[in-house]
This record gives sequence, structure tokens and C-alpha cells, in this order.
Amino acid sequence: MKNILIAAAAGVTTLSVLIGPAAAADPIRIGAVISKTGPAAFLGEPQQITLKHYVDKIDANTSRTFATRLIENDAVVAAIGTSTTGGTLAIAPVFEDAKIPLVSLAAGIEITEPVRSYVFKTPHTDRMVCVRIAADMKAHGFNSIALVTGTDGVGKSMRKECTDAAAAKSITIVANESFNPKDVDMTPQLTKIKNTKGVDAVFVGGFGQSLSVVTRNYGQLGLTIPQYHAHGSASKTYIELAGPASEGVRLTGPLLIVADQLRDNDPLKPAAVEYAKTYRELTGKDVSTFGGYSYDALLLIVDAIKRAGSTKPSAIRDALEKTKNLPGVTGMFNMTPEDHLGINENSLYMVNIKNGDWVLAQ
Amino acid sequence: MSQLLQFVISGITVGVIYGAVALGFTLIYNASHVVNFAQGEFVMLGALLTVFGIAAGIPYPLAALLAVGGTVLVSVALFDFALRPAGNAPIFALIIITIGASILLRGIARVAFGTGYFSLPPVAGGGPIAIGGAVLLPQSLVVVFGTVFIVVVLRLLMQNTLLGKAVIATSSDAMAANLVGINVSSIVRLSFAISGAIGALAGILIAPIALASHDMGALLALKGFAAAMLGGMGSPVGALVGGLLVGLSETLSAGYISSDYKDATAFIIILLVLSAFPNGLFGKGGYDRV
Repeated sequence: MKNILIAAAAGVTTLSVLIGPAAAADPIRIGAVISKTGPAAFLGEPQQITLKHYVDKIDANTSRTFATRLIENDAVVAAIGTSTTGGTLAIAPVFEDAKIPLVSLAAGIEITEPVRSYVFKTPHTDRMVCVRIAADMKAHGFNSIALVTGTDGVGKSMRKECTDAAAAKSITIVANESFNPKDVDMTPQLTKIKNTKGVDAVFVGGFGQSLSVVTRNYGQLGLTIPQYHAHGSASKTYIELAGPASEGVRLTGPLLIVADQLRDNDPLKPAAVEYAKTYRELTGKDVSTFGGYSYDALLLIVDAIKRAGSTKPSAIRDALEKTKNLPGVTGMFNMTPEDHLGINENSLYMVNIKNGDWVLAQ
Repeated sequence: MSQLLQFVISGITVGVIYGAVALGFTLIYNASHVVNFAQGEFVMLGALLTVFGIAAGIPYPLAALLAVGGTVLVSVALFDFALRPAGNAPIFALIIITIGASILLRGIARVAFGTGYFSLPPVAGGGPIAIGGAVLLPQSLVVVFGTVFIVVVLRLLMQNTLLGKAVIATSSDAMAANLVGINVSSIVRLSFAISGAIGALAGILIAPIALASHDMGALLALKGFAAAMLGGMGSPVGALVGGLLVGLSETLSAGYISSDYKDATAFIIILLVLSAFPNGLFGKGGYDRV
């Protein structure tokens, strides 16, 4: 998960998935261009999976090379990746041209809007996160807020979407600050917010370790205004690095981190709890939301292949688009020709950080 | 007013860190005229070796000491195995070697330490101190006094010891220094060792405030290099002053202009200062006698 957050290390994986006795003789090849920690998550699959793993540094260029390699050399019938919006946008045309379905693991709304016929994705979009947070702020009577966002792609997208979401809920943004994700000190920006009158809540959007630096500085300045984060901060690393200052931070938590706190009759609970258990047994680590995205991507493809009863890429694509009520570990997937994401903000939960852990807000 | 004070406090804390990195640049430049772009990686090594030392159960002070020692070894190895064999290659080639070394060290660190981010417990405990509406972290004081201490000690050593004079002699003319019996090669090795130690110390000092990671060196090297240029390449006091100016211009522009253009503003100020003082604020003009 750390790896994916930082997006420095990545790999290309070709999976040969054996589904059912009929296909046993001839493995189905699914490709993946993903950040490095994903593969372990697949091991929980009941299917027999073999991994071929090239490790390399990933950027838009290399992911394009890998994508072409998967299509031409490995002759995959479907593919998963990449972990970043930029990388996905770089390889999407390759898969569109080859008419091979691609399931992306990146959040950017640009991936599925407008809809590309062969491109799907599993994570919630920034817009959903912002809509969810704005609704929660309104419910708490926070009508004037401050935004602190990174100058990287994620931060910018968060700023845009949350500005729109706030406007839709008639929440006023009274302070708007940004930070370079590599910076070691965000105190000046936070000082300005501290000296702005009438800030009811602060939203922090961005990527990676910079989020914990913001929270640390927030605590050091003695700021007590409620602090909202997106699910980028839904990692134990964030809590560790931010230290005691993370106490009381409110964030949109993905299903996985609160699965065991859900009501037993919640249709999403069993799959998520099971995945978390298997993941912990296999890796000895806590689940990562990011690993969950790739699990869901594989789940979607395997489900589509089963329903299509065929491994023709176009048949898989058609079946993917018809996915109905498939409980993933990110949410309940319901695809349509207009919606290649298939989950909504109902599977984002408001969570408070308490005693270094996540507690589902009631 | 309290706002300005807060910006200044933040600026000084970040600034002395840049200054410490600039100091490392300065020392090696003085002895060998090479700009060592692996300086940021020394900072990274100092911080990460300490983090992993503590994780392995070594007490903090000992872990820090071992980290400094380890970084000094790496730094000396860089000189002995990469730069010295290149011998009389042009300075540009040597600078490229240091860039290569920086990428290599970052790569090794990525494999050895992983791509995660780590934090060190602060040396000075206790909560933030409130001064006139602004807050100051005890660790910031440690960073500032630690760095100033390093500069003062270094300056005393340079001016009052035979070894220091040998370094100054080597810097002004390596061949002449050689002719009067100074072992130029050991002097350059010594300055690499000191630079490594200073870099590692800077890393250990800032890791509790910033976070340590395998790629933290690149940005620090960039800012530290800018600070060294601003202060005048080759002047230890200039390095510290340059670092402070870069740090302050960053926080003040983030505070009063826009955080979006923070880095840009800082670099524009540097460009303007350099156009007025081409050798930096404390730099001696370069000239050749014909």
C-alpha cells in the first residue's frame, strides 16, 4: 500500500487464470500494469493463479510500453491497471484500439467520463468523495470552510471537485491554500487559515505522506477546527506518521477499513471481511484499500468471463457492462453502458480516527 | 504580527536545513571545485540509517552516531571509487559522476529501506512553545542551534588549525598546495568525509520535523544548491545565510503572495539576487591571473 501511495515502484503482471474444468487445458491470460503491491491480493482467489512478475519503475511512458507488450506478446484477453490516473489515460487508447477491456485502479473521473467503450474502473471518483464530504459538512452545520490541497494531480482534482461540491451545498470557501507534496513544512498555509475568521471546517486533499505533514503541522499550531480528509488518508501509515495529531480527523473511509463494524445484514460485509481475513493470512499485513481495487478489478473480469461463457475480449467487455449487484470489496458494482464505474458514494463511509484506529461515524 | 512571526519561525527552521545542505556543497566545492549532487542523498542516508538503527533496537544516540559513520564511509567511497579514478577529467564530467552516484544511492536506498516514509522521535520533547501568538517546536530550536554549532565549529577548525589551513590552501590552488607538501588527495577525501557527516547530521536533525524517505534528497539538494549559489559557492557563512534566505522567501511568499507560487517566488528572488551579485552574496569573484 505504501508503494501504491507513492507510486514509485510498479510492475507488470500477467496472470493465467484457470476458470472451471472446461478451461483447465488452456489458461486464460489477463494482463496487469500495476503498482507493486497489488499481486499479493490476488492470491486469495479460489482460482489457480500463476504470476509472472516484471518489476520496473512506472510512468506514463513505461506503462504504455508495458500495455503494448501485454497485448502483442502476451496476447491477454483483458487487463488491469494502472494505479494512477495519468498512467491509465496513457494506456487507455492502446486498449481501445486493440479492443481489449481494461479495468483501471485509478480514481480520476476522466477515466470513465466520457465513457470509453473498453475502459472500466473500480475506485470511487474524487467527485463522489467531495459530494460525500460536503453533505457531511452541511449536516454538521459547517457553512464556511477552508481548502488545503496539494499542487499535484490528485490535489488539483480534489480542489476542483470539492469547490463544485461545496457550491452545490451552498458552503462558502473562505480560505484556499495549496502545498507542494514534497514540502517539509505546511505551517505558513495553515497559519493563514488559523488567522482567517469564521472557518468551520478544513478539507485536506492530496496524495501520500504530505497529508500527514499537514496534520502534524495542524496539531503543532494548536488548530482545533474539524479536519476532513479524503480516503487517501485511510491508511495506518498516515496515522503513524501524523501521530497524535491525527486524533479526531474525519475522513471518507472505504468499505474495507470499516467492514467489521458494519451491520451483519449489510450485503457488502461478507466479501470485504473475507478478503481482509485472507489478505492478512497470506501477507501478515492489514488490508489496503488500494489492494482492494485490484482485487475488485480481477473479480469483475472473472465474473464477466463466467457470465459471457467466452474469453473473447469483446464478449468480456459486453459482460462487464452488464455487471449487476456484484459485491466487491470497494462497493456494490452495477455497470451500465453509461456507467463504467458502477459504484456510488453509498459505499464511502464517514470515519473518525480514534485511538489510532478508524471508528465508523454514526 | 503573530502571522509574520509564524512565517519567520517556519522560514528559519526550513532555511537552516537548506543551509546545512548548502554547507556540504560548499566544503566539497572548496576542496575540489566539484559540485557534489549526491549531497542530498547523504541527508537521506543519515535520516534513514538512524530510523532503521532504532528499529533494530540500537539506542537513539548510538544509532545516530552509526548513521553518521556510515554516511561518512559512503561519502569517502564516492570519492575514492568514483571521483579519484576519474583523475583529471573535466569538472563537468566529475559533476555528472556525482549525479550518477546520487541516482545509484537513491536506488539502493529504495531497495534497502523500501519506498515508505519514516519519522524519528524529536530529540527535544515537549509540546510546541507559544511566542506572541506564534508557535515554535522545541525540535526547531535543536535544528537551528545544531546547524549554527556545526558552522561555528567548522569555521574555527578552518581558521585555527593546520589542517584547516591545508584545506584553504588546496582550495585556492591545488598544485601550489601539492608543491608545499600538502597531500591534496587526502584533503579532498577529508572534505568529502566532513560533508557526509554534515549531511547525515542534517538528516537526523530534520527527520523528526519533516519525514524521511528514500527520495527526500532530490528536493533538498536542489534547494541546498540554490542556497549555496545565493550565498556564494565556497563560503560557509554564505551557505547558511543563503539557506535562511531561501527558507524565508519560501514561507513569506507562501504566506503573503500565494502558496501556489511559493517555489517559483523563491527561485525568482534567487535569480534577481544573482543578477546583482553574480558570485553570490558572500562569494569571492573568480579570476585568472595571466
